[in-house]
Amino acid sequence: MASQNYYDPADLKKFGNITEWSKELGEKFFEYYGKVFEEGALSAREKSLIALAVAHTEMCPYCIDAYSKDGLQRGITKEEMMEAVHVGAAIKSGASLVHGVQMMNKVNKLEM
Amino acid sequence: MLKEKKKKQQSLHKRHSDLAIANKQLEKLSNSIFANGELPTFSQKIKETDQFPLRPKKLEILQINVGYMCNQVCEHCHVDAGPDRKEIMTRETMEQCLEVIRNTGAHTLDLTGGAPEMNPDFRWFVDEASKAGIKDFIVRSNLTIIRANKKYYDLPAFFKNHNVHVVSSMPHWTRGKTDKQRGEGVFDQSIKALKELNAVGYGMPDSDLRLDLVYNPSGAFLPGDQASMEKDFKKALLEDFGIHFHNLFAITNLPISRFLDYLIASENYEDYMYSLVDAYNPAAVANVMCRNTISVSWDGYLYDCDFNQMLELKVASKIQHISEYNEVILNDRKIIISQHCYGCTAGAGSSCQGATAT
Repeated sequence: MASQNYYDPADLKKFGNITEWSKELGEKFFEYYGKVFEEGALSAREKSLIALAVAHTEMCPYCIDAYSKDGLQRGITKEEMMEAVHVGAAIKSGASLVHGVQMMNKVNKLEM
Repeated sequence: MLKEKKKKQQSLHKRHSDLAIANKQLEKLSNSIFANGELPTFSQKIKETDQFPLRPKKLEILQINVGYMCNQVCEHCHVDAGPDRKEIMTRETMEQCLEVIRNTGAHTLDLTGGAPEMNPDFRWFVDEASKAGIKDFIVRSNLTIIRANKKYYDLPAFFKNHNVHVVSSMPHWTRGKTDKQRGEGVFDQSIKALKELNAVGYGMPDSDLRLDLVYNPSGAFLPGDQASMEKDFKKALLEDFGIHFHNLFAITNLPISRFLDYLIASENYEDYMYSLVDAYNPAAVANVMCRNTISVSWDGYLYDCDFNQMLELKVASKIQHISEYNEVILNDRKIIISQHCYGCTAGAGSSCQGATAT
């Protein structure tokens, strides 16, 4: 029976199933995804915090569940997690507010 | 609230909780998601890679649990240890263990509890056992015991005199996470104890006095990569407190006893079992500790591991007690498994010596 909600926590476990309807693209995505989160110039720990911040700005409940747990597994503290979320929120609000300049430009151009 | 706090200071046994009964735990681990086929049982899983039945390899570790009494009541404890547990190994059983220690082919002797130091014959036993010339002699110390009472203050020196390898629990390098899992004030006392161990040479770079730490996740999640965690622990403990240690063992919490109780009460049980099954690593099965370990309980009975001991699953052998110990006969046994075994095969694997498949 179909879920009555748009988001169901149980669906996160089924993420891998997207390969069923498009094997090649799905597999390529998961391979890429796995590679992105490996240790590199950035540590896997840093990448986890970035992912957590982006999960919030994207407002993806699956990603928030996944990267909250991932952070705990890596020993990341609550304080570090919340600071990362604030970084995302600051950029998100900054991104809104910086458009205020566009508004000002427009108003200044139109007004006598 | 007060009632809740008091409850947390008592073992499941003292609280007469259903989960203090081994069979109730085993029932829980075989019902619901495993009975309805949602998740495969552990035996089904290892059959996929032809690893059933699980059999011992060469015996390497003799792990002796000298009693369930402990000065702490940690929320995740698989032993259900605490001050109210009275199961303590007698000197008579210790003498039977010594006979085995003198003749075993195992290279590691691993004393655990509870807080092993609380056994009144602990020092005598360590003294005698250290004469047997076992290569690696481990005592699992919870650290706070060293600070719990004047009579334990000299433990670091005692360990040093017997060249004991100290393995201690430390769930996090921050106070909040540690105290939440292990009890109020545990972090500060653990830090003091670690400093005292460092002071006599334990854990110092290039020191032969081995001091390793055990990390268990403080909640319903799996441990991260052991090497990265070790790096983070070392950096934080050195910068914040000037503390040194050698290795970090990342250990997965197995869904039994108090951790099982916590999982059920916090409604994390099913998700946790899913996480364990998802993270199943067939390569870790080859090195699970039950394949190279014998676990001895306070009353001398023999088990495949300390977890099976708590589930009262004695070895499937005609030899079941230390008094009739025979390594050859014991090694020809099938290891008893249930769904808790997924805890030792998740990710990089988990054992009392940390990851097994790195």
